Amino acid sequence: MTVALSAKEIATKLEGQFPGSIIESNQNNLVVKSESLLEVATFLKTTPGLDFDYLTSITAVDYYDYFEVVYHLTSIKHNHSLVVKTRCYDRDNPSVPSVVSLWRGADFQEREIYDLMGISFDGHPNLKRIFLWEGFQGHPLRKDYL
Amino acid sequence: MAIKTEPFVINIGPVHPSTHGVFRMRATLDGEVVIDLELVIGYLHRGIEKLAEGRTYTQNIPFTDRLDYLASMSNNLAYVMAVEKLAGISVPERAEYLRVIMAELQRIASHLIGVGAFLNDCGAFMTPFLYMFREREKILDLFEMVCGQRLTYNYMRIGGVSHDIPEEFLPALDKFVRQMPGFIDEYDQLLAENEILLARAKGVGILPKELAINISASGPVLRGSSVKWDIRKADPYSVYDRFQFDIPIGSVGDCYDRYWVKIQEMRQSVRIIKQAMEQLPSGEVLTEVPHLLHPPVGEVYGHIEAPKGELGFYLVSDNSVAPYRFHVRAPTLINLTALRDMMIGWKVADAIIIFGSIDICLAEVDR
Amino acid sequence: MEVGGAGLYVYSDTELDRAEGEAIEALKAKCQQAIPDPDKWLEEELRRNVLLTSVDFMLNWARRSSLWPVVCFPACCAFELIATAASRFDISRFGMEIIRASPRQADLMITAGTLTWKMAPQVRRIYDQMAEPKWVIAMGACAISGGTFAQSYSVVPGYNRIIPVDVYVPGCPPRPEALLYGIKMLRHKISKKSIIVEG
Repeated sequence: MTVALSAKEIATKLEGQFPGSIIESNQNNLVVKSESLLEVATFLKTTPGLDFDYLTSITAVDYYDYFEVVYHLTSIKHNHSLVVKTRCYDRDNPSVPSVVSLWRGADFQEREIYDLMGISFDGHPNLKRIFLWEGFQGHPLRKDYL
Repeated sequence: MAIKTEPFVINIGPVHPSTHGVFRMRATLDGEVVIDLELVIGYLHRGIEKLAEGRTYTQNIPFTDRLDYLASMSNNLAYVMAVEKLAGISVPERAEYLRVIMAELQRIASHLIGVGAFLNDCGAFMTPFLYMFREREKILDLFEMVCGQRLTYNYMRIGGVSHDIPEEFLPALDKFVRQMPGFIDEYDQLLAENEILLARAKGVGILPKELAINISASGPVLRGSSVKWDIRKADPYSVYDRFQFDIPIGSVGDCYDRYWVKIQEMRQSVRIIKQAMEQLPSGEVLTEVPHLLHPPVGEVYGHIEAPKGELGFYLVSDNSVAPYRFHVRAPTLINLTALRDMMIGWKVADAIIIFGSIDICLAEVDR
Repeated sequence: MEVGGAGLYVYSDTELDRAEGEAIEALKAKCQQAIPDPDKWLEEELRRNVLLTSVDFMLNWARRSSLWPVVCFPACCAFELIATAASRFDISRFGMEIIRASPRQADLMITAGTLTWKMAPQVRRIYDQMAEPKWVIAMGACAISGGTFAQSYSVVPGYNRIIPVDVYVPGCPPRPEALLYGIKMLRHKISKKSIIVEG
């Protein structure tokens, strides 16, 4: 049975390593500052005992004040999972660091989020539209589209 | 004296007889060897995620049918399970068993096409494909008996399934389950030691184990690369923990392994269906759920082992009748991440086979 | 992306993408109205009272008896088309089992699936490459009017925005028997055509 790890305990570990990187944490998910996302992700991937080597999915949600990028991480070795989120308050040019260097499965999913939501990912090798054609105006999945 | 060569680019698709749908690859070739590859997708992007935000939870079930249209029952199941997890709705026992039977029948049907199309690409032009279709028609007859449709079933509902099975279903299923292992043996006999298949598929398009985990592959692609990870065993949903079945894994991660994993999974599915038929209880098939469901505020990620991989639904609810965010974790889009790595260094003919062995369905890639 | 040693410029994918995007936007701007269905055969039938010459009769018989479809398999209806072509609902008894990959060798386009604006220029190109006489069967709800996806931002509401359609087969997806009925209707339509007033 895949155990959903308690984000509070992970948060205490992370605060010890990277102080000031956690915005909030409750039982289910962990919200991280977007600047420290890459360090936190590297820590989660490489620490023995956590070993989150499998990125299940990346999504983005448009709450009207901010965009939230949600990462579902799983560990095949230990069979546990975790939800990490990060927020982006800029509406015009939102941008979040890319995790492609850690998990290559993020490649197409980040391109999809860029295409449909408009959030750009710093460090992505090939960030361009994937589903819609070049020259399409706007980002359809935003709440203020049409 | 060396011959001066130049790399050139050809365009494979989107209208191509063996690209399994509208999929385009820009391949840079040096002679006949692929040295670079770029995927272009989006030719079937219908905006399901945006459309789903304007429809109620029950009205979205037909949308999920059209995601991976070869495995509609599995898509329905993943979605209704996610909504049930979000809203805290329990499902009657009989409905759970019926769901398992339908999901496993659907797995057999989907793998039949996956294997048939792969062999079609290998060069066995239509023979195995038509054989697989013969079995698939039997499964489609069973589905039609239950819900009236051949391809996009819309059978699962939030809280159970929509109809109970008619009386002629169980005898027909029993007959199918007794005949199916014989058919799989027939395919094995024709194909497993076939020299041409071995020459074309063994050692071709290898996906190493670490890369498979790194790209978040799932389903037969991941298991073909010898990673023992199946959601039905790792995170059992519905009543899968009551059945005994094995998980076949490959050894190397080449095209032959992925094909072999699918054939073995079909055998295991027959085993699960037999056990489910024996244990099928009586009772209702649908809990009372309000017509317009208002799930509590929150989010959920529900996933199942669909035939093509791990299909997940991420739903965010704000207590209204329609989901606030409806996201599909499409297994085939993520499995395609490694396509470039698998294809570089092989010839164009092998490129088609490698692509066929991943077994994608464009409607799910593009949503 | 530039490939090859010593700065050999093979192609730039951003330019290709941009060119494709411009073609799509141009097509979208041009195709805001549906193309009217070809119905010249109907008034002709009323005028000439369906008396065809023997040459017409032979030509129409030959044309309708072995229509070769072209590969056009976007979405779910494709699998009902393939099931029609498989051994249970044999399409080969109508002479149509060869689904031609090359549009130059085909004369029927069975559009089996949702059309998106990104795919539309390619379908138009395939249609233009087919030689006359050619026919189109719009199969499924998505091909007739956009189906469930009609309000989406990227779906063309029906194939008749970009190509003229002869027969509409409703269903989602239509059963193989429904598709065979549509093909029968098309053969009926072909038998009424005359070569004298063509063009």
